[in-house]
Amino acid sequence: MPSNALTLKQRKTNWRKLIVTLVMLACGVLFLMPFFWMISASLKFENDVFTYPIQWIPKEWNAVNNYRKVWLGDHPFWLYYLNTIKVAGLTTLTSVTVSALAAYGFAKVRFPAGKWLFLIVLATFMVPQQAILVPQFILYRQLGLFDTHFGLILLNSFSVLGTFMLRQFFLTVHQDYIESAKMDGAGHFRIFTRIALPLVRPAVATYAILRFIWTWNDYQNPLIFLRSDRLYTLQLAMQKFSTINGEYYSLIMAAAVSAIVPLLIVFIIGQKHVIEGISFGGVKG
Amino acid sequence: MEAVQTERRPIPRKGSLHRKEALAGWLFVAPMLIGISIFTLFPILIMFILNFSNWDFVLGLEKFKWAGLDNFERLIDDGRFHKTYINNIVFMATVPICMAISLLLAIIIDKHVFMKDFFKVTYFMPYISSVVAVAVVWQVLFHPSKGPVNHFLRWIGIDDPPRWIADPDWALISVMMISVWISIGFNMIVYLAGLQAIPKDLYEAAEIDGAGGWTRFRRITLPLVSPTTFFLLITGIIYSFKAFDLIAVLTKGGPAGSTSLMVWYMYESAFVNLKIGYASVIGTVLFVSVLIITLIQWAGQKKWVNY
Repeated sequence: MPSNALTLKQRKTNWRKLIVTLVMLACGVLFLMPFFWMISASLKFENDVFTYPIQWIPKEWNAVNNYRKVWLGDHPFWLYYLNTIKVAGLTTLTSVTVSALAAYGFAKVRFPAGKWLFLIVLATFMVPQQAILVPQFILYRQLGLFDTHFGLILLNSFSVLGTFMLRQFFLTVHQDYIESAKMDGAGHFRIFTRIALPLVRPAVATYAILRFIWTWNDYQNPLIFLRSDRLYTLQLAMQKFSTINGEYYSLIMAAAVSAIVPLLIVFIIGQKHVIEGISFGGVKG
Repeated sequence: MEAVQTERRPIPRKGSLHRKEALAGWLFVAPMLIGISIFTLFPILIMFILNFSNWDFVLGLEKFKWAGLDNFERLIDDGRFHKTYINNIVFMATVPICMAISLLLAIIIDKHVFMKDFFKVTYFMPYISSVVAVAVVWQVLFHPSKGPVNHFLRWIGIDDPPRWIADPDWALISVMMISVWISIGFNMIVYLAGLQAIPKDLYEAAEIDGAGGWTRFRRITLPLVSPTTFFLLITGIIYSFKAFDLIAVLTKGGPAGSTSLMVWYMYESAFVNLKIGYASVIGTVLFVSVLIITLIQWAGQKKWVNY
């Protein structure tokens, strides 16, 4: 009875799989406990935040008040949201454009200097941005880019990583497409926009989502290159908010939820792209 | 594949065509080159100048003073910097710990559970969340008297739980635990990609030969994911040198300098103490450290990795 034996074995592995799944589920809940605690605390009155045993679902709700203070208070989160969307959106747009152009140039245009220029670009990848923060800061003050959104956007617009990643994908575009388009009299720019770019669209989407998430979560650059309150991005505002409201933990947690949740939604919608992008040679922001 | 495609390209014969192609090439890469020149290469040049200067930038360019090797001499004698560098090396321990946990999770998620995608998203969440918000949440969780962590520890009978980030002996360990928690998702996803590249029939063949789970792990999985392991180790170490956000929000290098890491110390020197030249030298040390690790990566890739 070989077939019977197989199903028996299969049933056994299925049972084992179910038990492992349940154990992993428990671990997952434990792993995400800080998030649950954060959400729960953001819904409570301040006095109930540290009651034990923890009321995971609050008995008395103060959610509307907490979130109203975060979004419409002295440091209104709606303003910081607009700032962050502006900075992250424009950074993504320019970075994708610059990287895609350069990637196509390095992958598909044949010119003698190309090889050397690509090596120079790759070499700068070894320079950690943190190492040159101080000279960048000096440069920004001299150029008048300090304390402007424009400067902040420029800072992340020239990504070696993006160029490298997109170049790998442009290389997979078959040369015959490009040669035949050339025969038809199309210039490189036309080939780029009409043929090559549509073919690597998934890679562009992946890079765009990653760049958006990284810029959204960036704390270090806004901290150093912005000074005025009204220009703050969400991360900077979050930190400021928690310093000012030191002992109001329910408010701070409402701010933290506001800082995390929208991006989690972007991630969950684009999770396939994000996970593919991370898997691709494991990129890191 | 790259090489094959290069050979396939027909060489333009006419000079004008050649020139047109070269012009197109330069135009396509120009924005990137200009950007890199202004925002990366030029600052490196400034860094070299600043290294040998003593300058309070608030006072303007007129107050710029050459300082010779003063900054370097100060760095060698600076106890705070020594402490900071040692902290950085201790902090590196997060990398292998995080990798071990991530590999275990990746193996379990790859083969032994239902709802794979759900678990991927679950463990990836801390990595995708803003470090600032996450740090603020942990600050409250680790609160010495009121925080849920210590409340739980007292409840299970530990009367004198550590004061976590408020205690110089525990602060760095606390930061390291949070850092591992954040990075697990990234490492796990990369390991999953590595595991999926291992041919299934290897395991089947080993099973037929009677190899147990542990043997299969040691003889098949571990050697075949070694490129991934190597990659994660190197990027993890480089990343540990760049750590800043968590420190800046959670501890500001304290208490008593116990969590001061290099980028934080550089930040403090430049923007709190306004010692631009000195901060620039710290940046240079960071630069050189990362460079050395990258060179080790190039040299070691062939030697240590089983393909």
